[in-house]
Amino acid sequence: MSAGPNATEPNPHDHIPAAASNFLTRYVFSTDHKVIGVQFLFSSLFFFAVGGLMAMVIRWQLAWPWKPVPILSQWLWSSPGLGGQMPPEFYNKLFTMHATIMIFFVIIPLLTGAFGNFLIPLMIGARDMAFPKLNMFSYWIMWPGFVLITLSFFVEGGAAEAGWTSYPPLATAARSTPGSLNGQTYWLLALLCAGISSLTGSINYITTIVMLRSPGMKMFRMPMTVWALFITALLQAFALPVLTSALLMQTLDRLAGTNFFTPVGGAVANAPAAVGGGAPLLWQHLFWFYSHPAVYIMILPGMGIASDVISTFSRKPLFGYKPMVIAMGAIAGLGFIVWGHHMFQSGMNPALGATFMLSTMMIALPSAIKVFNWIGTMWGGRIQYTSAMLNAMAFVSMFIIGGLSGIFMAATPVDIHIHDTYFIVGHIHYVLFGGSTFAVFAGIYYWFPKLFGRMMSERLGLIHFFLTFLFFNGTFFFMHIVGWHGHMRRIADPTVYEFLRTPGVVGMNQFMTICAFGLGASQLIFAWNFFYSLVAGPVAGPNPWKANSLEWATASPPPYYNFETLPRVYHPPYEFSVPGGEDDFLPQTTPLPDNITLDPVMA
Amino acid sequence: MWDFPLFPSQASTNAPRLDALMLFEVGVLIFFSLLIGVLVVGFGIRFRRGNAVDRSNPPTHSQSMEVVWIVIPMILSILMYAWSTQLFFDLYEAPADAAQVDVVGKQWMWYLQHPQGRSETNELHVPLGRPVKLNMTSQDVIHSFFIPAFRIKQDVLPGRYTSLWFQPSKVGVYDLFCTEYCGTNHSNMIGKVYVMEPADYEAWLSEKGVGPSQAEEGERLFVQHHCAGCHRGSQTVHAPKLEGVYGKPVPIQDGKDVRFVTADDRYIRDSILLPQGEVVAGYEPIMPSFKDQINEPDLLKIIAYIKSIANRETSQ
Repeated sequence: MSAGPNATEPNPHDHIPAAASNFLTRYVFSTDHKVIGVQFLFSSLFFFAVGGLMAMVIRWQLAWPWKPVPILSQWLWSSPGLGGQMPPEFYNKLFTMHATIMIFFVIIPLLTGAFGNFLIPLMIGARDMAFPKLNMFSYWIMWPGFVLITLSFFVEGGAAEAGWTSYPPLATAARSTPGSLNGQTYWLLALLCAGISSLTGSINYITTIVMLRSPGMKMFRMPMTVWALFITALLQAFALPVLTSALLMQTLDRLAGTNFFTPVGGAVANAPAAVGGGAPLLWQHLFWFYSHPAVYIMILPGMGIASDVISTFSRKPLFGYKPMVIAMGAIAGLGFIVWGHHMFQSGMNPALGATFMLSTMMIALPSAIKVFNWIGTMWGGRIQYTSAMLNAMAFVSMFIIGGLSGIFMAATPVDIHIHDTYFIVGHIHYVLFGGSTFAVFAGIYYWFPKLFGRMMSERLGLIHFFLTFLFFNGTFFFMHIVGWHGHMRRIADPTVYEFLRTPGVVGMNQFMTICAFGLGASQLIFAWNFFYSLVAGPVAGPNPWKANSLEWATASPPPYYNFETLPRVYHPPYEFSVPGGEDDFLPQTTPLPDNITLDPVMA
Repeated sequence: MWDFPLFPSQASTNAPRLDALMLFEVGVLIFFSLLIGVLVVGFGIRFRRGNAVDRSNPPTHSQSMEVVWIVIPMILSILMYAWSTQLFFDLYEAPADAAQVDVVGKQWMWYLQHPQGRSETNELHVPLGRPVKLNMTSQDVIHSFFIPAFRIKQDVLPGRYTSLWFQPSKVGVYDLFCTEYCGTNHSNMIGKVYVMEPADYEAWLSEKGVGPSQAEEGERLFVQHHCAGCHRGSQTVHAPKLEGVYGKPVPIQDGKDVRFVTADDRYIRDSILLPQGEVVAGYEPIMPSFKDQINEPDLLKIIAYIKSIANRETSQ
């Protein structure tokens, strides 16, 4: 498909389609992958702010339990009898919705929706996605999700509060907790929408990458970001059907009286007993069969972004391109057979537990390949300290902490002790904030000129990076220590525990909360930088970073048809500092000089 | 303010063994985090743009290096895997002489029943140096039984039994938590574990007078719920006798085939609540369900009774 049967005939893909005719089809209900990517970017960043504010209210309760939250308490919970205190139900809603929003409406849509949509066709030299209308659908199906998840706060009983994992019977029995009355149904339907969005998106990405690469763009000439998004799309395409069925089963349990997850005679809070006959553990298996690969869905695109950013700003070829691709595939493959490590203490057969332990430990190997190869890329380079590069370097160092603290969970006996404590909370935030979010920042700083045609302020970018890095570690590091001592997650009232009232723990909790507020405030710098640069940043030009991949071969922002003629690709995108060349970079569209032959691992 | 111990107190035989593994992992974590951190910062400074250093022959790939950083993590992983598996299996297999305490979790309290007959709420008294096995179930949602000082935790599920065991090694009072989020007052579902000298424990058991044991209570319920009417020598109803059944394989009619199931806690529980499910070969499925009629603590008592007659001869 990538080249016509006869090279002399005009390539049918060189035909430039007509532009969208009016404002509505051009900018709102657009089938242009770049517009859809930007739409994903804006809606995800909006929910990022919402989820972040929730996190700060959670931290307030942990540091100063039952003290009225400044400003917010007056209009969030109005009952005068509470004296401005946060009701425990509200706390439970907050941690449930914080996780749900951050995972399903921020990180996944940002990485796959925003970066995936914007970058894939540009980086492989295509005019658009394979299925532009399906692509538009994959964004607009998010909106019922947005509406439902927001609406759920205002129904009787309020938003879901069974945790983002929604274990039945807590989630299925209507009277087990106020949020399970109605909010849980909204939660299920909202997730269903987000899931359908990811699923349709992933089908589109796979097809586009397989079918629409420009002439000469072999699979092993694709940038790591495209490889990462491709493998991520495969993960989504195979894991999401399981989550979708699980969500439907739980919806049926709640609305149609089925008993997939209800045990025999199950009764909660003096409600009449259900017929039952199902198994609560079944949900956990189905849920984690998706949600463990989801962790890789949230980290693999970050790995791709980091690879491209580090190579570009080290002015050096990516160390071991093919091993990097294979490692990513291995992480994805192993990602499907490790879900049981979330359930070591659920009462499973120890032989099964030991198997899951082995597969989980093996994930360390491809991860080690990746980390050391990033370092190998920096080795002997000419490193430019741009905001994007610093965020990518933070990604590498924080991912290694988040990844290595994972071995505590992999080792079953240790996991049994730390399961459901703040150790886990610290671990997941080192992976999802220290990993994914730093990668998202790196990606935004790196591709902002391409997205909007203007540069972001590097000085504000550096300030934002250093503050974020500092406050991030201050917020999440001590979670490991209090968690190891038995500080549970998801507790609305930390004062009931004697241990949590000791000055050491109270001090650590208050320190973490102050850092969390600092972390939140630092993002205001980012928001200002983002919106100011959007209208008043210096004009970028097509290739401000002197990078090689195809998206830099067209204008910034690219025209709706991306490329005048489909570019021809001659080599992988990592030919930096090629000896003998005039410049220290060699775009993929420029043939290699005659005297250069690439080594077999790279070409 | 920073008067804070490195480890939570170690009060079971499992705790020091687990802390050793934990410390090893902390060592691995610190070593690699520092290595990567130093390399990132070090390369970052040394190879910054404009710094004149030797950049000749910067490698772009190296098979031998890839092998090194696969093999070293692999050896460490396998070492940790073997170590963990051994601890995990030990943690799973309770010693045969362990005393069994039954536990029922509900929103938001723990009910604990000693075999000698005494029961308690949100408190667990155990003797020092003797293995104790907890047999646990939940009345409503999923809970989780967690004693940080013992380094043990086990989810407690509705509709089935899970177990865990420990051997206390230090007299004292320790925290007991529910760690599986279980609703509004989850954070209040807490308790205390009292590890006592064996003599003190015996005294504590009979503090309120010696009442019927758990199995004796179970026998009373066995009669009260009319189980005895059929399962004890009835002439009119053909029902299996329960003496000597516990822990033995029972033949189950499965269509035209007969398969064998061990008569454990799970089987007895299901036979009371879902009697049509697994009917003993040769008997008619005529038993009514006792769902909604017997609560979880009483079920455990009846099971304790059936267990207590495991060594008696079947009367047939």
